[in-house]
Amino acid sequence: MSLAIKDDEVDIVIGALRSDLTTFMNEWRPMFSRFHLIIVKDPDLKEELKIPEGFNLDVYGKPDIDQVVGSSTSILFSGYLCRYFGYLVSRKKYIISVDDDCLPARDPKGFLVDAVAQNISNLTNPATPFFFNTLYDPYAEGADFVRGYPFSLRGGVKCALSCGLWLNLADHDAPTQALKARQRNSRYVDAVMTVPAGSLIPISGINIAFEREAVGPALVPALKLAGEGKCRWETMEDIWSGLCVKVVCDHLGLGVKTGLPYIWRTDRGDPIASLKKEWEGVKLMEEVIPFFQSVRLPREATTVEECIVEVANAVKERLGSMDPVFARAAKAMLDWIKLWQSVGSSSSRSSAV
Amino acid sequence: MVEPATATQAAAPVMPQLKDELDIVIPTIRNLDFLEMWRPFFQPYHLIIVQDGDPSKTIKVPPGFDYELYNRNDINKILGPKASCISFKDSACRCFGYMVSKKKYIFTIDDDCFVAKDPSGKAVNALEQHIKNLLCPSTPFFFNTLYDPFREGADFVRGYPFSLREGVPTAVSHGLWLNIPDYDAPTQLVKPLERNTRFVDAVLTIPKGTLFPMCGMNLAFDRDLIGPAMYFGLMGDGQPIGRYDDMWAGWCIKVICDHLGLGVKTGLPYIYHSKASNPFVNLRKEYKGIFWQEEIIPFFQQAVLPKDCTTVQKCYVELAKQVKEKLSKVDPYFDKLADAMVTWNKAWDELNPPTAGSVPNGKPA
Repeated sequence: MSLAIKDDEVDIVIGALRSDLTTFMNEWRPMFSRFHLIIVKDPDLKEELKIPEGFNLDVYGKPDIDQVVGSSTSILFSGYLCRYFGYLVSRKKYIISVDDDCLPARDPKGFLVDAVAQNISNLTNPATPFFFNTLYDPYAEGADFVRGYPFSLRGGVKCALSCGLWLNLADHDAPTQALKARQRNSRYVDAVMTVPAGSLIPISGINIAFEREAVGPALVPALKLAGEGKCRWETMEDIWSGLCVKVVCDHLGLGVKTGLPYIWRTDRGDPIASLKKEWEGVKLMEEVIPFFQSVRLPREATTVEECIVEVANAVKERLGSMDPVFARAAKAMLDWIKLWQSVGSSSSRSSAV
Repeated sequence: MVEPATATQAAAPVMPQLKDELDIVIPTIRNLDFLEMWRPFFQPYHLIIVQDGDPSKTIKVPPGFDYELYNRNDINKILGPKASCISFKDSACRCFGYMVSKKKYIFTIDDDCFVAKDPSGKAVNALEQHIKNLLCPSTPFFFNTLYDPFREGADFVRGYPFSLREGVPTAVSHGLWLNIPDYDAPTQLVKPLERNTRFVDAVLTIPKGTLFPMCGMNLAFDRDLIGPAMYFGLMGDGQPIGRYDDMWAGWCIKVICDHLGLGVKTGLPYIYHSKASNPFVNLRKEYKGIFWQEEIIPFFQQAVLPKDCTTVQKCYVELAKQVKEKLSKVDPYFDKLADAMVTWNKAWDELNPPTAGSVPNGKPA
């Protein structure tokens, strides 16, 4: 049922927060080597990047970012936000992005998981956000829609974003990981499912894929914490971005999936140190979630860009006075749309497929 | 290829949880041989057997089980004219068992469901998992990407607001099936050989505002929280549709749970579904439903319950009113169904009078 994706329709975008990418690239070589890669070096990184041979890639660093974006924007493409520059300059239909401290995982049978192929499969099979299928992905081999699933909904809608999961170090926040210091995720849940329309989900940037032409502008590099750091425990940028994407997808009738593929996330960092340094993100979620749950987009917003502008304005109006980080996020969102329209290729049409 | 489990004794818990607070409701028309396989898991519990079909037939219950059995004559005697709301010649009659139970929790299972094996080959104690699901909170307001955060080895993910981490009480635990999947007739006809061999090791809360097709083959719920809404409708003899009983109840309970802030879980446990029903027979039963559900689903998706519906009964009676108002135009059947919903409610209250000092149902005090 899935569409065949040509290799040249995919960009793999990696934000390099570490300089030595040798092990990372070599471990991913079997899955990555067919595709074009965009590697964006964190502008704060002083060392030269070490990248092994044999890949078709483009590397961007601070000079490139300055040249393309210059001082036209308030967006700081540093730390975890550097990968968004890759989204901006990509010319491909699909983007797959994983953190540079992640390696391929193995499934319960011991086989290496091709996270790229699974993500592509998720994006090219329809999503089913309007009714929950109890056997999860109805398009998976050996599965289907269950009794009671309305036939008119079985065609599904386009899947715009796929959010994968992590074995070993799961994406818990710092307080949780600090409390359960030795807990590692070893449960391989063999399912892909569509996140229902109207339901919000914390989309982790550690392992995502999306159709750039459908929702690219909605992945916004906007929420930068005051103490933003180089550990996932010290950022909420992806959570913010994911909430924007979900709200826009729900409005435009696009789908978001979660579940497979798993990647293996290596142990890194100290949650207690992160917590001491930065717990602002955890606090902010208390305001952020109710805001996104209540945001309503007008009928007239029919493109992704229009939707993001609406959300940004709502952020400014309703959250701006609560914390300066929100006012900055709103501005960054508007700047992002302008940037996307001037630099990004083929601004997305309205979602009607 | 999946196989049912055989070595079940080894997996039986030392201390069966809730053994005096849970009834197992089984509808049957044939025999109860399948109970032998479940014995190590079920024997500590009380069974309510609802015998469908010819009441003159004797259903043999394997020795050693503590049970009560009701046939059609018993149902007519106990409910009098209200017995009209209980389906005849359809497993939907099982909801009579929910009504007469005196326990807090119900687990219901079909008589062609065997014990499943997990990927390691171990027998799955479905009842134990349902109890875990019901005793742990649900999280309907925000989706946790690691599924049930209360399971061992899991937790809430980064970004999950702390104020939502307590969760809400779980009203329903919906289990799944290996081997013969719960497909509708058209799908069965197209894929007669498909078997569900995928063991998805997850329990998850169905988000608020999302409907799902509930299957009654492997289901547990909290009677105090949601019992009066678990009516399985008018199916079988003399009715224009069949195989919509559990789904109808599922749509009603989900709307009510969403309104009252209760949780519905789906996923584990798996049972092994051994018998495939005849797809041609199913098609005849489901045929009208396939068209009707195109109207039914939007009805439930748009159903709004007024704020003053603070108990399950009030919610259910209101829902019955809306069914009559909005679905009667689809077919006069819905008019009858709405009336039956009200009859069920009255019968429930008669058989389950509130005791002095008891808490009104719905959310606990």
